[in-house]
Amino acid sequence: MTVHSFQEHFDKKIDGDVAIEPRDWMPDDYRKTLIRQISQHAHSEIVGMLPEGNWISRAPSLRRKAVLLAKVQDEAGHGLYLYSAAETLGITRDELYEQLHSGKAKYSSIFNYPTLTWADMGAIGWLVDGAAIMNQVPLCRCSYGPYARAMVRVCKEESFHQRQGYEIMLTLANGAPMQKKMAQDALDRWWWPSLMMFGPPDAESGNTEQSMRWRIKRLTNDELRQKFIDVTVEQANILGLTIPDKDLKWNEERGHYDSGAINWDEFWNVVKGNGPCNKQRLDTRKKAWADGQWVRDAAMAHAEKRKARKATAKAA
Amino acid sequence: MNDQKALLQYTLRLADDGLILGHRLSEWCGHGPILEQDIALTNTALDHLGRARSLYQYAAALFNTLPEADKATFFTSVSLQKEVSEGTAIDEDDLAYLRDGWDYRNVLLVERPNEDWAYTVARSFFYDAFNSLFFKELAKSNDESLAAIAEKSLKEVTYHLRWSSEWCVRLGDGTDESHARMQQAINELWAYTGELFTMNDADAAVAAQGIGMDLAALRPQWKELVALVFDEATMAMPADAWMHTGGKDGRHTEYLGYILAELQFVQRAYPGMEW
Repeated sequence: MTVHSFQEHFDKKIDGDVAIEPRDWMPDDYRKTLIRQISQHAHSEIVGMLPEGNWISRAPSLRRKAVLLAKVQDEAGHGLYLYSAAETLGITRDELYEQLHSGKAKYSSIFNYPTLTWADMGAIGWLVDGAAIMNQVPLCRCSYGPYARAMVRVCKEESFHQRQGYEIMLTLANGAPMQKKMAQDALDRWWWPSLMMFGPPDAESGNTEQSMRWRIKRLTNDELRQKFIDVTVEQANILGLTIPDKDLKWNEERGHYDSGAINWDEFWNVVKGNGPCNKQRLDTRKKAWADGQWVRDAAMAHAEKRKARKATAKAA
Repeated sequence: MNDQKALLQYTLRLADDGLILGHRLSEWCGHGPILEQDIALTNTALDHLGRARSLYQYAAALFNTLPEADKATFFTSVSLQKEVSEGTAIDEDDLAYLRDGWDYRNVLLVERPNEDWAYTVARSFFYDAFNSLFFKELAKSNDESLAAIAEKSLKEVTYHLRWSSEWCVRLGDGTDESHARMQQAINELWAYTGELFTMNDADAAVAAQGIGMDLAALRPQWKELVALVFDEATMAMPADAWMHTGGKDGRHTEYLGYILAELQFVQRAYPGMEW
Protein backbone atom coordinates (compact mmCIF):
# COMPACT_ATOMS: atom_id res chain seq x y z
CA MET A 1 0.00 0.00 0.00
CA THR A 2 1.18 3.52 -0.69
CA VAL A 3 1.04 6.28 1.91
CA HIS A 4 -1.91 7.59 0.00
CA SER A 5 -3.87 4.37 0.37
CA PHE A 6 -2.87 4.09 4.06
CA GLN A 7 -4.36 7.52 4.55
CA GLU A 8 -7.49 6.53 2.67
CA HIS A 9 -7.92 3.43 4.79
CA PHE A 10 -7.46 5.49 7.97
CA ASP A 11 -9.97 8.11 6.85
CA LYS A 12 -12.49 5.43 6.08
CA LYS A 13 -12.15 4.00 9.55
CA ILE A 14 -12.55 7.42 11.13
CA ASP A 15 -15.63 8.15 9.05
CA GLY A 16 -17.11 4.75 9.85
CA ASP A 17 -16.47 5.18 13.58
CA VAL A 18 -14.13 2.18 13.61
CA ALA A 19 -11.60 2.47 16.43
CA ILE A 20 -7.97 3.06 15.57
CA GLU A 21 -5.75 0.60 17.45
CA PRO A 22 -2.04 0.90 18.40
CA ARG A 23 -0.76 -1.28 15.52
CA ASP A 24 -2.85 0.46 12.88
CA TRP A 25 -1.27 2.96 10.53
CA MET A 26 -2.07 6.54 11.55
CA PRO A 27 -0.92 9.95 10.32
CA ASP A 28 2.00 11.39 12.30
CA ASP A 29 -0.02 14.41 13.33
CA TYR A 30 -2.83 12.22 14.64
CA ARG A 31 -0.29 10.36 16.77
CA LYS A 32 1.31 13.59 17.98
CA THR A 33 -2.02 15.17 18.82
CA LEU A 34 -3.05 12.12 20.80
CA ILE A 35 0.22 11.95 22.71
CA ARG A 36 -0.14 15.61 23.56
CA GLN A 37 -3.75 15.29 24.65
CA ILE A 38 -3.50 11.98 26.54
CA SER A 39 -0.31 12.95 28.33
CA GLN A 40 -1.72 16.34 29.24
CA HIS A 41 -4.68 14.49 30.67
CA ALA A 42 -2.44 12.02 32.57
CA HIS A 43 -0.34 14.86 33.99
CA SER A 44 -3.53 16.62 35.08
CA GLU A 45 -4.51 13.57 37.09
CA ILE A 46 -1.12 13.38 38.79
CA VAL A 47 -0.73 17.09 39.47
CA GLY A 48 -4.43 17.13 40.38
CA MET A 49 -3.65 14.84 43.33
CA LEU A 50 -1.82 17.71 45.03
CA PRO A 51 -4.52 20.32 45.73
CA GLU A 52 -6.79 17.66 47.23
CA GLY A 53 -3.90 15.83 48.86
CA ASN A 54 -3.39 19.11 50.71
CA TRP A 55 -6.47 18.29 52.85
CA ILE A 56 -6.04 14.56 53.51
CA SER A 57 -4.29 15.15 56.82
CA ARG A 58 -6.90 17.76 57.85
CA ALA A 59 -10.15 16.18 56.68
CA PRO A 60 -12.77 17.01 59.32
CA SER A 61 -14.11 13.50 59.97
CA LEU A 62 -12.78 9.98 59.62
CA ARG A 63 -15.33 9.17 56.95
CA ARG A 64 -14.40 12.26 54.91
CA LYS A 65 -10.73 11.40 55.32
CA ALA A 66 -11.24 7.86 54.03
CA VAL A 67 -13.30 9.04 51.06
CA LEU A 68 -10.83 11.79 50.15
CA LEU A 69 -7.88 9.43 50.40
CA ALA A 70 -9.66 6.92 48.16
CA LYS A 71 -10.53 9.67 45.72
CA VAL A 72 -6.97 10.94 45.40
CA GLN A 73 -5.87 7.34 44.98
CA ASP A 74 -8.37 6.98 42.11
CA GLU A 75 -6.70 9.95 40.44
CA ALA A 76 -3.35 8.19 40.65
CA GLY A 77 -5.08 5.21 39.05
CA HIS A 78 -6.45 7.40 36.24
CA GLY A 79 -2.96 8.75 35.68
CA LEU A 80 -1.74 5.18 35.39
CA TYR A 81 -4.31 4.13 32.75
CA LEU A 82 -3.69 7.29 30.78
CA TYR A 83 0.10 6.98 30.82
CA SER A 84 -0.39 3.40 29.65
CA ALA A 85 -2.69 4.57 26.84
CA ALA A 86 -0.07 7.16 25.79
CA GLU A 87 2.64 4.48 25.86
CA THR A 88 0.76 2.53 23.16
CA LEU A 89 1.62 5.44 20.85
CA GLY A 90 5.34 4.81 21.16
CA ILE A 91 6.50 7.03 24.01
CA THR A 92 7.70 5.95 27.48
CA ARG A 93 6.38 7.07 30.82
CA ASP A 94 9.80 8.45 31.72
CA GLU A 95 9.78 10.59 28.58
CA LEU A 96 6.33 11.85 29.48
CA TYR A 97 7.47 12.77 33.00
CA GLU A 98 10.46 14.53 31.53
CA GLN A 99 8.13 16.65 29.39
CA LEU A 100 6.07 17.53 32.45
CA HIS A 101 9.06 18.43 34.57
CA SER A 102 10.68 20.55 31.86
CA GLY A 103 7.46 22.49 31.33
CA LYS A 104 7.11 21.26 27.75
CA ALA A 105 3.90 19.37 28.52
CA LYS A 106 1.00 21.14 30.15
CA TYR A 107 -1.60 20.02 32.65
CA SER A 108 -5.00 21.47 33.43
CA SER A 109 -4.55 25.01 34.73
CA ILE A 110 -7.26 24.56 37.36
CA PHE A 111 -4.74 22.74 39.57
CA ASN A 112 -2.68 25.90 39.83
CA TYR A 113 -5.25 27.35 42.20
CA PRO A 114 -4.87 26.80 45.96
CA THR A 115 -7.19 24.78 48.22
CA LEU A 116 -7.74 27.12 51.15
CA THR A 117 -10.59 25.62 53.14
CA TRP A 118 -12.30 22.26 53.53
CA ALA A 119 -15.10 23.53 51.29
CA ASP A 120 -12.62 23.48 48.41
CA MET A 121 -12.79 19.66 48.56
CA GLY A 122 -16.50 20.02 47.91
CA ALA A 123 -16.09 22.61 45.17
CA ILE A 124 -13.40 20.61 43.37
CA GLY A 125 -15.50 17.46 43.38
CA TRP A 126 -18.63 19.27 42.32
CA LEU A 127 -17.25 21.76 39.78
CA VAL A 128 -13.85 20.53 38.66
CA ASP A 129 -14.80 16.87 38.44
CA GLY A 130 -18.16 17.93 37.05
CA ALA A 131 -16.43 19.86 34.25
CA ALA A 132 -14.03 16.97 33.72
CA ILE A 133 -16.96 14.60 33.22
CA MET A 134 -18.48 16.93 30.61
CA ASN A 135 -15.16 16.90 28.78
CA GLN A 136 -14.56 13.20 29.21
CA VAL A 137 -17.86 11.49 28.51
CA PRO A 138 -17.58 12.27 24.77
CA LEU A 139 -14.00 10.93 24.88
CA CYS A 140 -15.39 7.46 25.63
CA ARG A 141 -16.30 7.50 21.91
CA CYS A 142 -12.97 8.97 20.82
CA SER A 143 -11.48 7.39 17.69
CA TYR A 144 -8.37 6.03 19.41
CA GLY A 145 -9.31 2.70 21.05
CA PRO A 146 -6.99 2.63 24.10
CA TYR A 147 -7.88 6.21 25.03
CA ALA A 148 -11.61 5.62 24.62
CA ARG A 149 -11.44 2.48 26.77
CA ALA A 150 -9.42 4.20 29.49
CA MET A 151 -12.00 6.97 29.54
CA VAL A 152 -14.88 4.57 30.16
CA ARG A 153 -13.28 3.53 33.44
CA VAL A 154 -12.22 7.06 34.35
CA CYS A 155 -15.73 8.44 33.78
CA LYS A 156 -17.36 5.87 36.06
CA GLU A 157 -15.09 6.93 38.91
CA GLU A 158 -15.38 10.63 38.14
CA SER A 159 -19.12 10.55 38.49
CA PHE A 160 -18.67 9.09 41.99
CA HIS A 161 -16.17 11.90 42.73
CA GLN A 162 -18.57 14.51 41.54
CA ARG A 163 -21.32 13.17 43.79
CA GLN A 164 -19.07 13.13 46.85
CA GLY A 165 -18.04 16.72 46.16
CA TYR A 166 -21.62 17.80 45.82
CA GLU A 167 -22.48 15.99 49.04
CA ILE A 168 -19.77 17.94 50.88
CA MET A 169 -21.26 21.17 49.50
CA LEU A 170 -24.75 20.09 50.51
CA THR A 171 -23.63 19.36 54.06
CA LEU A 172 -21.91 22.73 54.32
CA ALA A 173 -24.74 24.65 52.70
CA ASN A 174 -27.19 23.14 55.19
CA GLY A 175 -24.82 23.54 58.13
CA ALA A 176 -23.92 26.45 60.40
CA PRO A 177 -23.83 29.96 58.87
CA MET A 178 -20.03 29.95 58.69
CA GLN A 179 -20.09 26.60 56.91
CA LYS A 180 -22.44 28.03 54.32
CA LYS A 181 -20.13 31.04 54.01
CA MET A 182 -17.24 28.64 53.47
CA ALA A 183 -19.18 26.87 50.70
CA GLN A 184 -20.06 30.18 49.00
CA ASP A 185 -16.47 31.37 49.21
CA ALA A 186 -15.30 28.15 47.55
CA LEU A 187 -17.88 28.52 44.77
CA ASP A 188 -16.78 32.14 44.26
CA ARG A 189 -13.17 31.11 43.80
CA TRP A 190 -13.68 27.93 41.72
CA TRP A 191 -16.51 28.96 39.39
CA TRP A 192 -14.59 30.93 36.77
CA PRO A 193 -11.52 28.68 36.68
CA SER A 194 -13.91 25.73 36.20
CA LEU A 195 -15.43 27.40 33.14
CA MET A 196 -11.94 27.95 31.79
CA MET A 197 -11.31 24.19 31.98
CA PHE A 198 -13.15 23.78 28.67
CA GLY A 199 -10.43 25.74 26.93
CA PRO A 200 -10.48 28.93 24.85
CA PRO A 201 -13.59 29.95 22.89
CA ASP A 202 -14.13 28.02 19.65
CA ALA A 203 -13.16 30.99 17.53
CA GLU A 204 -9.70 31.00 19.12
CA SER A 205 -9.13 27.29 19.63
CA GLY A 206 -6.43 26.23 17.22
CA ASN A 207 -6.78 22.47 17.69
CA THR A 208 -10.54 22.06 17.67
CA GLU A 209 -11.26 21.71 13.95
CA GLN A 210 -8.67 19.04 13.20
CA SER A 211 -9.48 17.14 16.40
CA MET A 212 -13.16 17.11 15.49
CA ARG A 213 -12.30 15.79 12.02
CA TRP A 214 -10.28 12.98 13.61
CA ARG A 215 -13.07 12.30 16.10
CA ILE A 216 -10.68 12.77 18.97
CA LYS A 217 -13.00 15.53 19.99
CA ARG A 218 -16.76 15.22 19.62
CA LEU A 219 -18.08 18.54 20.93
CA THR A 220 -16.52 22.01 20.82
CA ASN A 221 -15.21 23.88 23.87
CA ASP A 222 -18.13 26.31 23.85
CA GLU A 223 -20.73 23.56 23.46
CA LEU A 224 -19.31 21.69 26.44
CA ARG A 225 -19.04 24.85 28.51
CA GLN A 226 -22.68 25.70 27.84
CA LYS A 227 -23.78 22.21 28.85
CA PHE A 228 -21.83 22.52 32.08
CA ILE A 229 -23.33 25.91 32.94
CA ASP A 230 -26.87 24.73 32.25
CA VAL A 231 -26.52 21.72 34.55
CA THR A 232 -24.57 23.45 37.30
CA VAL A 233 -26.85 26.46 37.75
CA GLU A 234 -29.66 24.14 38.78
CA GLN A 235 -27.38 22.35 41.23
CA ALA A 236 -26.29 25.66 42.79
CA ASN A 237 -29.95 26.58 43.25
CA ILE A 238 -30.58 23.40 45.22
CA LEU A 239 -27.60 24.28 47.44
CA GLY A 240 -28.95 27.79 47.94
CA LEU A 241 -25.61 29.23 46.80
CA THR A 242 -25.11 32.08 44.35
CA ILE A 243 -23.03 31.67 41.20
CA PRO A 244 -20.70 34.69 41.04
CA ASP A 245 -21.89 35.95 37.64
CA LYS A 246 -24.29 38.89 37.57
CA ASP A 247 -25.00 38.32 33.87
CA LEU A 248 -26.19 34.77 34.38
CA LYS A 249 -29.76 34.59 33.04
CA TRP A 250 -32.03 31.97 31.48
CA ASN A 251 -32.53 32.62 27.78
CA GLU A 252 -35.89 31.21 26.79
CA GLU A 253 -35.20 31.56 23.08
CA ARG A 254 -31.89 29.70 23.13
CA GLY A 255 -33.03 27.24 25.77
CA HIS A 256 -29.76 27.88 27.60
CA TYR A 257 -28.34 30.14 30.27
CA ASP A 258 -26.56 33.26 29.07
CA SER A 259 -23.46 34.03 31.09
CA GLY A 260 -20.92 36.79 31.60
CA ALA A 261 -17.59 37.22 29.86
CA ILE A 262 -14.74 34.98 30.99
CA ASN A 263 -11.50 36.69 31.92
CA TRP A 264 -9.27 35.04 29.31
CA ASP A 265 -6.32 37.19 30.34
CA GLU A 266 -6.35 35.39 33.66
CA PHE A 267 -6.55 32.04 31.86
CA TRP A 268 -3.54 32.73 29.61
CA ASN A 269 -1.63 34.21 32.50
CA VAL A 270 -2.06 31.00 34.52
CA VAL A 271 -1.22 28.86 31.46
CA LYS A 272 1.99 30.87 31.11
CA GLY A 273 2.97 29.96 34.63
CA ASN A 274 1.76 32.86 36.70
CA GLY A 275 -1.05 31.14 38.61
CA PRO A 276 -0.91 31.13 42.41
CA CYS A 277 0.49 27.57 42.57
CA ASN A 278 2.19 26.80 39.22
CA LYS A 279 5.68 26.77 40.65
CA GLN A 280 4.69 25.00 43.84
CA ARG A 281 2.89 22.19 41.98
CA LEU A 282 5.67 21.58 39.50
CA ASP A 283 8.37 21.79 42.18
CA THR A 284 6.47 19.23 44.25
CA ARG A 285 6.29 16.82 41.31
CA LYS A 286 9.96 17.34 40.47
CA LYS A 287 10.97 16.81 44.09
CA ALA A 288 8.95 13.57 44.36
CA TRP A 289 10.64 12.32 41.20
CA ALA A 290 14.15 13.36 42.24
CA ASP A 291 13.74 12.00 45.80
CA GLY A 292 12.48 8.72 44.37
CA GLN A 293 15.44 8.18 42.04
CA TRP A 294 17.46 6.06 44.49
CA VAL A 295 14.34 3.97 45.20
CA ARG A 296 13.76 3.27 41.50
CA ASP A 297 17.46 2.53 41.03
CA ALA A 298 17.35 0.07 43.93
CA ALA A 299 14.28 -1.68 42.54
CA MET A 300 15.96 -2.01 39.12
CA ALA A 301 19.24 -3.21 40.60
CA HIS A 302 17.45 -5.79 42.71
CA ALA A 303 15.44 -7.07 39.75
CA GLU A 304 18.67 -7.43 37.76
CA LYS A 305 20.33 -9.35 40.60
CA ARG A 306 17.38 -11.72 40.83
CA LYS A 307 17.43 -12.31 37.11
CA ALA A 308 21.15 -13.02 37.14
CA ARG A 309 20.80 -15.43 40.07
CA LYS A 310 18.00 -17.26 38.32
CA ALA A 311 20.09 -17.60 35.17
CA THR A 312 23.06 -18.92 37.19
CA ALA A 313 20.86 -21.41 39.00
CA LYS A 314 19.45 -22.59 35.69
CA ALA A 315 22.89 -23.01 34.15
CA ALA A 316 24.08 -25.03 37.15
CA MET B 1 -8.58 -0.30 86.53
CA ASN B 2 -11.88 -2.16 86.12
CA ASP B 3 -12.45 -4.53 83.25
CA GLN B 4 -14.46 -2.25 81.00
CA LYS B 5 -12.06 0.64 81.39
CA ALA B 6 -9.15 -1.65 80.61
CA LEU B 7 -10.90 -2.97 77.51
CA LEU B 8 -11.66 0.59 76.41
CA GLN B 9 -8.05 1.64 76.91
CA TYR B 10 -6.85 -1.40 74.99
CA THR B 11 -9.28 -0.87 72.10
CA LEU B 12 -8.33 2.78 71.90
CA ARG B 13 -4.67 1.94 71.64
CA LEU B 14 -5.27 -0.39 68.72
CA ALA B 15 -7.39 2.30 67.07
CA ASP B 16 -4.79 5.00 67.69
CA ASP B 17 -2.05 2.82 66.20
CA GLY B 18 -4.12 2.48 63.04
CA LEU B 19 -5.06 6.14 62.77
CA ILE B 20 -1.56 7.47 63.36
CA LEU B 21 0.20 5.01 61.05
CA GLY B 22 -2.51 5.60 58.44
CA HIS B 23 -1.88 9.33 58.81
CA ARG B 24 1.86 8.91 58.30
CA LEU B 25 1.40 6.67 55.26
CA SER B 26 -1.18 9.02 53.76
CA GLU B 27 1.45 11.77 53.81
CA TRP B 28 3.04 9.94 50.87
CA CYS B 29 -0.09 10.27 48.74
CA GLY B 30 0.91 12.23 45.64
CA HIS B 31 4.62 12.19 46.58
CA GLY B 32 5.66 8.56 46.10
CA PRO B 33 8.75 7.48 44.13
CA ILE B 34 6.75 5.31 41.70
CA LEU B 35 3.13 5.85 40.72
CA GLU B 36 2.19 2.20 41.35
CA GLN B 37 3.72 2.43 44.85
CA ASP B 38 1.91 5.65 45.56
CA ILE B 39 -1.30 3.73 44.91
CA ALA B 40 -0.19 0.70 46.96
CA LEU B 41 0.80 2.77 49.98
CA THR B 42 -2.44 4.76 49.89
CA ASN B 43 -4.30 1.47 49.87
CA THR B 44 -2.47 0.43 53.01
CA ALA B 45 -3.15 3.80 54.63
CA LEU B 46 -6.84 3.22 53.90
CA ASP B 47 -6.68 -0.23 55.53
CA HIS B 48 -5.17 1.19 58.71
CA LEU B 49 -7.70 4.00 58.75
CA GLY B 50 -10.57 1.60 58.14
CA ARG B 51 -9.46 -0.65 61.00
CA ALA B 52 -9.07 2.39 63.25
CA ARG B 53 -12.66 3.43 62.46
CA SER B 54 -14.09 0.03 63.41
CA LEU B 55 -12.11 0.13 66.65
CA TYR B 56 -13.11 3.72 67.48
CA GLN B 57 -16.75 2.84 66.91
CA TYR B 58 -16.40 -0.04 69.33
CA ALA B 59 -14.47 2.13 71.81
CA ALA B 60 -17.19 4.81 71.64
CA ALA B 61 -19.82 2.18 72.43
CA LEU B 62 -17.75 0.98 75.40
CA PHE B 63 -17.30 4.54 76.62
CA ASN B 64 -20.99 5.38 76.32
CA THR B 65 -21.92 2.54 78.68
CA LEU B 66 -19.41 3.50 81.41
CA PRO B 67 -20.85 4.80 84.70
CA GLU B 68 -21.30 8.59 84.57
CA ALA B 69 -18.58 9.20 87.15
CA ASP B 70 -16.03 7.30 85.05
CA LYS B 71 -17.05 9.08 81.86
CA ALA B 72 -16.43 12.47 83.40
CA THR B 73 -12.82 11.67 84.27
CA PHE B 74 -11.75 9.18 81.61
CA PHE B 75 -10.39 11.76 79.15
CA THR B 76 -8.77 15.08 79.93
CA SER B 77 -10.39 17.02 77.14
CA VAL B 78 -12.62 20.06 77.57
CA SER B 79 -14.72 19.26 74.50
CA LEU B 80 -15.26 15.61 75.45
CA GLN B 81 -16.12 16.48 79.05
CA LYS B 82 -18.63 19.00 77.74
CA GLU B 83 -20.34 16.33 75.64
CA VAL B 84 -20.42 13.99 78.63
CA SER B 85 -21.90 16.65 80.92
CA GLU B 86 -24.57 17.38 78.31
CA GLY B 87 -25.42 13.70 78.19
CA THR B 88 -24.41 13.34 74.51
CA ALA B 89 -23.20 9.93 73.34
CA ILE B 90 -19.72 10.20 71.80
CA ASP B 91 -18.74 8.72 68.41
CA GLU B 92 -15.66 7.73 66.42
CA ASP B 93 -14.90 11.30 65.40
CA ASP B 94 -15.05 12.60 68.96
CA LEU B 95 -12.38 10.10 69.91
CA ALA B 96 -10.11 10.91 66.98
CA TYR B 97 -10.60 14.66 66.89
CA LEU B 98 -11.15 15.78 70.47
CA ARG B 99 -8.54 13.96 72.55
CA ASP B 100 -5.21 15.56 73.28
CA GLY B 101 -1.92 13.66 73.00
CA TRP B 102 -1.85 12.38 76.57
CA ASP B 103 -5.08 10.48 75.92
CA TYR B 104 -3.64 8.93 72.75
CA ARG B 105 -2.27 5.45 73.44
CA ASN B 106 -0.49 4.50 70.21
CA VAL B 107 3.01 3.05 70.33
CA LEU B 108 5.82 5.51 69.58
CA LEU B 109 6.91 3.58 66.48
CA VAL B 110 3.89 4.61 64.40
CA GLU B 111 4.31 8.33 65.03
CA ARG B 112 7.92 8.39 63.78
CA PRO B 113 8.18 10.60 60.69
CA ASN B 114 8.39 9.20 57.15
CA GLU B 115 11.91 10.58 56.57
CA ASP B 116 12.47 8.65 53.34
CA TRP B 117 11.26 5.48 51.62
CA ALA B 118 13.61 3.30 53.69
CA TYR B 119 12.33 4.60 57.05
CA THR B 120 8.77 4.25 55.84
CA VAL B 121 9.38 0.67 54.75
CA ALA B 122 11.24 -0.24 57.97
CA ARG B 123 8.53 1.27 60.20
CA SER B 124 5.82 -0.59 58.31
CA PHE B 125 7.79 -3.81 58.25
CA PHE B 126 8.33 -3.88 62.03
CA TYR B 127 4.70 -3.04 62.64
CA ASP B 128 3.27 -5.38 59.97
CA ALA B 129 5.35 -8.29 61.29
CA PHE B 130 3.98 -7.60 64.76
CA ASN B 131 0.42 -7.27 63.45
CA SER B 132 0.61 -10.55 61.58
CA LEU B 133 1.22 -12.34 64.90
CA PHE B 134 -0.96 -10.12 67.05
CA PHE B 135 -4.14 -10.28 64.99
CA LYS B 136 -3.83 -14.03 64.58
CA GLU B 137 -4.04 -14.28 68.38
CA LEU B 138 -6.64 -11.57 68.75
CA ALA B 139 -8.90 -13.42 66.30
CA LYS B 140 -9.24 -16.02 69.10
CA SER B 141 -10.22 -13.37 71.65
CA ASN B 142 -13.32 -14.05 73.71
CA ASP B 143 -14.42 -10.48 72.99
CA GLU B 144 -16.49 -11.00 69.86
CA SER B 145 -16.12 -7.48 68.50
CA LEU B 146 -12.33 -7.52 68.73
CA ALA B 147 -12.17 -11.05 67.35
CA ALA B 148 -14.23 -10.01 64.31
CA ILE B 149 -12.11 -6.93 63.64
CA ALA B 150 -8.95 -9.05 64.01
CA GLU B 151 -10.27 -11.65 61.58
CA LYS B 152 -10.92 -9.02 58.94
CA SER B 153 -7.59 -7.28 59.58
CA LEU B 154 -5.60 -10.47 59.14
CA LYS B 155 -6.29 -10.54 55.40
CA GLU B 156 -5.09 -6.96 55.03
CA VAL B 157 -2.07 -7.49 57.29
CA THR B 158 -0.93 -10.43 55.19
CA TYR B 159 -0.76 -8.12 52.18
CA HIS B 160 0.90 -5.32 54.18
CA LEU B 161 3.60 -7.67 55.42
CA ARG B 162 4.26 -9.01 51.94
CA TRP B 163 4.60 -5.45 50.63
CA SER B 164 6.94 -4.23 53.37
CA SER B 165 9.02 -7.44 53.36
CA GLU B 166 9.50 -7.21 49.61
CA TRP B 167 10.62 -3.61 49.86
CA CYS B 168 13.00 -4.47 52.71
CA VAL B 169 14.62 -7.02 50.42
CA ARG B 170 14.59 -4.74 47.37
CA LEU B 171 16.27 -1.88 49.22
CA GLY B 172 18.57 -4.08 51.29
CA ASP B 173 19.71 -6.07 48.28
CA GLY B 174 19.50 -3.23 45.74
CA THR B 175 22.23 -0.61 45.31
CA ASP B 176 24.94 0.40 47.80
CA GLU B 177 22.98 3.54 48.57
CA SER B 178 19.70 1.75 49.21
CA HIS B 179 21.49 -0.84 51.34
CA ALA B 180 23.03 1.86 53.51
CA ARG B 181 19.77 3.79 53.84
CA MET B 182 17.81 0.67 54.74
CA GLN B 183 20.32 -0.38 57.37
CA GLN B 184 20.31 3.08 58.89
CA ALA B 185 16.51 3.13 59.07
CA ILE B 186 16.49 -0.28 60.73
CA ASN B 187 19.14 0.73 63.24
CA GLU B 188 17.34 3.90 64.21
CA LEU B 189 13.83 2.46 64.42
CA TRP B 190 14.93 -0.66 66.27
CA ALA B 191 14.73 1.17 69.59
CA TYR B 192 11.00 1.68 69.01
CA THR B 193 10.18 -2.00 68.46
CA GLY B 194 10.46 -3.05 72.12
CA GLU B 195 7.30 -1.18 73.09
CA LEU B 196 5.20 -3.42 70.84
CA PHE B 197 5.78 -6.25 73.33
CA THR B 198 5.50 -4.43 76.68
CA MET B 199 2.53 -5.10 78.94
CA ASN B 200 0.88 -2.16 80.67
CA ASP B 201 -2.04 -2.38 83.13
CA ALA B 202 -4.63 -2.50 80.37
CA ASP B 203 -2.72 -5.28 78.58
CA ALA B 204 -2.47 -7.31 81.78
CA ALA B 205 -6.15 -6.80 82.60
CA VAL B 206 -7.44 -7.86 79.16
CA ALA B 207 -5.00 -10.78 79.03
CA ALA B 208 -6.38 -12.03 82.34
CA GLN B 209 -9.90 -11.95 80.87
CA GLY B 210 -8.96 -13.96 77.79
CA ILE B 211 -9.51 -10.91 75.59
CA GLY B 212 -5.90 -9.96 75.06
CA MET B 213 -2.68 -11.93 75.21
CA ASP B 214 0.82 -12.06 76.60
CA LEU B 215 2.56 -9.71 74.18
CA ALA B 216 6.04 -10.57 75.41
CA ALA B 217 5.43 -14.13 74.24
CA LEU B 218 5.09 -12.89 70.65
CA ARG B 219 8.58 -11.42 70.54
CA PRO B 220 10.60 -14.58 69.77
CA GLN B 221 8.35 -15.34 66.77
CA TRP B 222 8.56 -11.73 65.67
CA LYS B 223 12.35 -11.82 65.79
CA GLU B 224 12.36 -15.01 63.75
CA LEU B 225 10.14 -13.43 61.13
CA VAL B 226 12.30 -10.32 61.00
CA ALA B 227 15.51 -12.37 60.83
CA LEU B 228 14.18 -14.33 57.89
CA VAL B 229 13.52 -11.19 55.85
CA PHE B 230 16.73 -9.49 56.99
CA ASP B 231 18.67 -12.51 55.85
CA GLU B 232 17.27 -12.22 52.34
CA ALA B 233 17.68 -8.44 52.45
CA THR B 234 21.33 -8.79 53.54
CA MET B 235 20.52 -6.57 56.53
CA ALA B 236 22.19 -6.91 59.91
CA MET B 237 19.90 -7.36 62.92
CA PRO B 238 20.67 -4.65 65.49
CA ALA B 239 21.72 -5.75 68.96
CA ASP B 240 19.03 -5.39 71.62
CA ALA B 241 19.78 -2.25 73.58
CA TRP B 242 17.68 0.52 75.13
CA MET B 243 14.06 0.52 74.01
CA HIS B 244 11.88 3.64 74.09
CA THR B 245 8.44 3.30 75.67
CA GLY B 246 5.67 5.59 76.87
CA GLY B 247 3.17 5.80 74.04
CA LYS B 248 0.89 3.13 75.49
CA ASP B 249 0.59 5.24 78.64
CA GLY B 250 0.11 8.54 76.81
CA ARG B 251 3.69 9.83 76.97
CA HIS B 252 4.63 10.49 73.38
CA THR B 253 7.42 11.93 71.26
CA GLU B 254 7.20 15.55 70.15
CA TYR B 255 5.90 14.43 66.77
CA LEU B 256 2.43 13.40 67.95
CA GLY B 257 1.45 16.94 68.95
CA TYR B 258 2.01 18.15 65.39
CA ILE B 259 0.15 15.23 63.88
CA LEU B 260 -2.84 16.03 66.07
CA ALA B 261 -2.62 19.78 65.46
CA GLU B 262 -3.01 19.05 61.77
CA LEU B 263 -5.48 16.19 62.03
CA GLN B 264 -7.80 18.01 64.43
CA PHE B 265 -7.55 21.50 62.97
CA VAL B 266 -11.01 21.85 61.41
CA GLN B 267 -12.86 20.33 64.37
CA ARG B 268 -10.94 22.61 66.73
CA ALA B 269 -11.45 25.79 64.71
CA TYR B 270 -15.15 25.11 64.01
CA PRO B 271 -16.33 23.04 66.98
CA GLY B 272 -19.57 21.10 67.18
CA MET B 273 -20.48 21.03 63.48
CA GLU B 274 -21.39 18.31 61.03
CA TRP B 275 -19.01 17.88 58.12
